[in-house]
Amino acid sequence: MNPQWSSVADMSDVAPYTHAVKVSGIVKSFGDGGSKLTVLKGIDLEAEDGKILLLVGPSGCGKTTLLSIIAGTMNAEQGDVEVFGEHLLKMKKSAITRFRAQNIGFIFQAFNLIPTLNCAENVSVPLLIQGMASGKAEKKGREMLERVGLGDKWKNRPNQLSGGQQQRVAIARAMVHEPRLIICDEPTAALDAKNGAMVMELFHDVARKPGRAVIIVTHDNRIFKYADRIAQMDDGRIVEVHEVDGEVPDLVIHH
Amino acid sequence: MFRLALKMLFGDTAKYLMLVAGIFVATFLMAQQTAVFCGLMRWTTSTLKNVPAPIWVVENKVQQINETNPMRDTDVGLVRSVDSVEWAMPVYVGIQRVRMPDGSFKVINLIGVDATTLAGAPPKLMEGNLKDLRLPNTVIIDDLAIERLSKNPKDKNATVKLGDSFEINDIEARVVGISKAMRSFTGGPYIWTTYERALQYAPPQRKMLQAVIAAPKPGITADQAAAEIQRVTGLKAFVNRDFTFDDKLGKNEFNTSTIWWYVRNTGIPISFGITVIVGLLTGIAISCQTFYSFVLENMKHLGALKAMGTSNGTLCMMLIVQSITVGLIGFGIGLLATAGFAKGALIKQQPPFFMTWHVPLIVFAVVTGICMMAALLGIWRVSRYEPAMVFRG
Repeated sequence: MNPQWSSVADMSDVAPYTHAVKVSGIVKSFGDGGSKLTVLKGIDLEAEDGKILLLVGPSGCGKTTLLSIIAGTMNAEQGDVEVFGEHLLKMKKSAITRFRAQNIGFIFQAFNLIPTLNCAENVSVPLLIQGMASGKAEKKGREMLERVGLGDKWKNRPNQLSGGQQQRVAIARAMVHEPRLIICDEPTAALDAKNGAMVMELFHDVARKPGRAVIIVTHDNRIFKYADRIAQMDDGRIVEVHEVDGEVPDLVIHH
Repeated sequence: MFRLALKMLFGDTAKYLMLVAGIFVATFLMAQQTAVFCGLMRWTTSTLKNVPAPIWVVENKVQQINETNPMRDTDVGLVRSVDSVEWAMPVYVGIQRVRMPDGSFKVINLIGVDATTLAGAPPKLMEGNLKDLRLPNTVIIDDLAIERLSKNPKDKNATVKLGDSFEINDIEARVVGISKAMRSFTGGPYIWTTYERALQYAPPQRKMLQAVIAAPKPGITADQAAAEIQRVTGLKAFVNRDFTFDDKLGKNEFNTSTIWWYVRNTGIPISFGITVIVGLLTGIAISCQTFYSFVLENMKHLGALKAMGTSNGTLCMMLIVQSITVGLIGFGIGLLATAGFAKGALIKQQPPFFMTWHVPLIVFAVVTGICMMAALLGIWRVSRYEPAMVFRG
């Protein structure tokens, strides 16, 4: 067995962190001099194990930038990002890349499935990145597809599936390597209401579990009911954090 | 990940075929044109192959076999007098015209060899008897002459055969032998006769001797004998070995001297060189442009892979694997096409074709360079792509 893979498999155990993700004082700007634009103005945020955190807010408020920093795909000028005990902003680029491969699952707005690969191959990509043999990775990919209800579609290519089915494949891909953090960028934006609900139901059932945190950036207020916590952003700041306990807060999001 | 890279490549059929086509065109043009050029250059030395002799002695200013200056008849005796020379015989080499029975004329390469020893006679006789050349008004023709001097080369009953005759300078020439020979640069067939008869066939000049062929005594190398001939007679003595890039060996080697003369004094290398460069540029343009566009189209997916934890190194290796795979397939098909061309050329004996092992090796190196250039363009683009961009659509 690949040693890298064995270490990842062990990560399905519940991790001993109160806060899966802890963001403190994050400041991020783009540009220089007069054209400098500060997008994040001191963000503090926490995401817990086994919970779904929604980041909501109007366009341009900095949701995606914050998500990118939490995912370790972007640096910040100030502050600290702690993901399962690792301080990402203090790590080397190569170490962050390895950390992402082993601990983070990604779901993108446009699915980003590779069109020339079949579903099983697409789902197996995170395992291949970790160095698992392709045959074994594809087998695990098919098992994961079973869990998202697409077991019979493993041979299909993405363009042979509906938008909802493609997003389910993307969910399977994000979870196949048992990551401790799942990052979702507008997972229902490209889906109609019915498919969006179906995807979120599935996501709620399969992805949400102890030892794993889920952070979703969304504009879609139809999915607020699936959250455990909703952080509302505006103009580079967290303006309010709502705990969802059966009652969905009535938030007005300006696009 | 490399399997994934190949699936991404093969999955985009249009781009994949375009990439292979680019490399194929480059390989074919470079290999085929270089081989035709080498073949043409070899044809310039065909007289040296068709009149085999270890040493050729010519007038002092001569640089190549197809442009010999007349020598005095006494020069044969002068060469024979050199200690290291075993034997030396006169040779007539010249372009003449044959008059066909229907009154038309054809250009030929007339070779006159010593009637007693037949030194310089054709080495690969297919039909007839070499000794019959001593009979009156007889010639030996090469296989090209069958095609060129026949009324209808496609009709077996109408081709030139033993016993047939034609005229050279109004004197009868009867065919007593047919030999295999290397094609000449001028395109005319080779016709051998005796030296004395060649002087009758050729229009008279004050000096008729074109060259002297010679051999070294046992225990003496051709180079040593040639050097002594030059020193003693003041004539130019070339050894007849084969083309070499070795400056020292090539200095007094007649094939090498002849080929370099054509390279330096004709536009042939430029003409072929331009075609080879066009092939190279076509390959670079098609491959680099198509591969870059392939990378750009896949940037969204490569970016997603990067976000998911694929290192820059792995992505670079994936791009190199893709471009090298395309290169190998395009190179293979290009060489196969060149081999197909070669088969036709060698059967028909034209156009000239000669490929040494260097040609595919050099073309492979160039193709690898093209692939690496294409891959580098993609690598440059991918390495600049920030994984966070994938969240921005």
